[in-house]
Amino acid sequence: MTVGLAHFLTVGAALFALGLFAMMTRRNAVALLMGVELILNGANVNFVAFARYVDGGVDGHLMAAFVIVLAAAEAAVGLAIVLAMFRNFGTVHVDTVNRLKR
Amino acid sequence: MSADLVFYGFALLTVLAGCFVVFSRNVVHAGFALMFTLIGVAGLYAILGADFLAVTQTVVYIGGILVLVLFAVMMTRVPVHDAPRRGLDRMVPAGVFAVGIFALLYKVATGTAWPVVEPGAAVPTAKLIGVKLMTDAIFPFEFASLVLLVAMIGAAILIRERRAEPVEPAAEADAPDEAPENDQEVTA
Repeated sequence: MTVGLAHFLTVGAALFALGLFAMMTRRNAVALLMGVELILNGANVNFVAFARYVDGGVDGHLMAAFVIVLAAAEAAVGLAIVLAMFRNFGTVHVDTVNRLKR
Repeated sequence: MSADLVFYGFALLTVLAGCFVVFSRNVVHAGFALMFTLIGVAGLYAILGADFLAVTQTVVYIGGILVLVLFAVMMTRVPVHDAPRRGLDRMVPAGVFAVGIFALLYKVATGTAWPVVEPGAAVPTAKLIGVKLMTDAIFPFEFASLVLLVAMIGAAILIRERRAEPVEPAAEADAPDEAPENDQEVTA
């Protein structure tokens, strides 16, 4: 069976499921953010695969580029929050941090 | 046929490294495994003819976000392991849910009759994307720059060192206020 759209969609689905699993089980906030990156990459693979096999244009590429931009913004703010959390609580385990301030 | 092998290689790299990101208890190892996942995804983009995105993925994700993540891992000085060990009470429902989602997505991906058009030869996409960004997508493009600016300012404010303690003695709090006044007198 030659490689087609369904193969890429399967890889995207696998990345999405892995990221989802990471977000549900991880306790370390940084590892949680890694799970978010996995989910965003899974979605991006789908966008680019559809752009190649169904749309034929670059609209999907554009969407994926915007997702990358938002991922960069999310990583910057998310990691800043994690560092602030570490400064205030001395831990980044999301189970023990259950207040918004000291 | 060899193109198929390249796909399977990158797909395997992506998914295996992704598994390592999820299941490794060592956060530093997870971060480095994430690098291989991102490289694999960049390879998939290249196979799909998205040359601009493959380069963007490499520069922004691997060069930027991943370095940021590893910095965060180092600066938070967490115990290397994601201790305490994740309990089965959490792993099992999460695993069932994740596998269910994957099965659903797989069924949709393989079972749907997508209106597939035979892809033509891959063309360089950088110019096409640039033209589109400046015409059809000009508003999202400008909005993205605004979002990045806000994220930058927000991250800087969040990361800023607060004043040591709110119960600071009044005498010390007055000290910085005197300095500007002296400066004004000198300049005046």
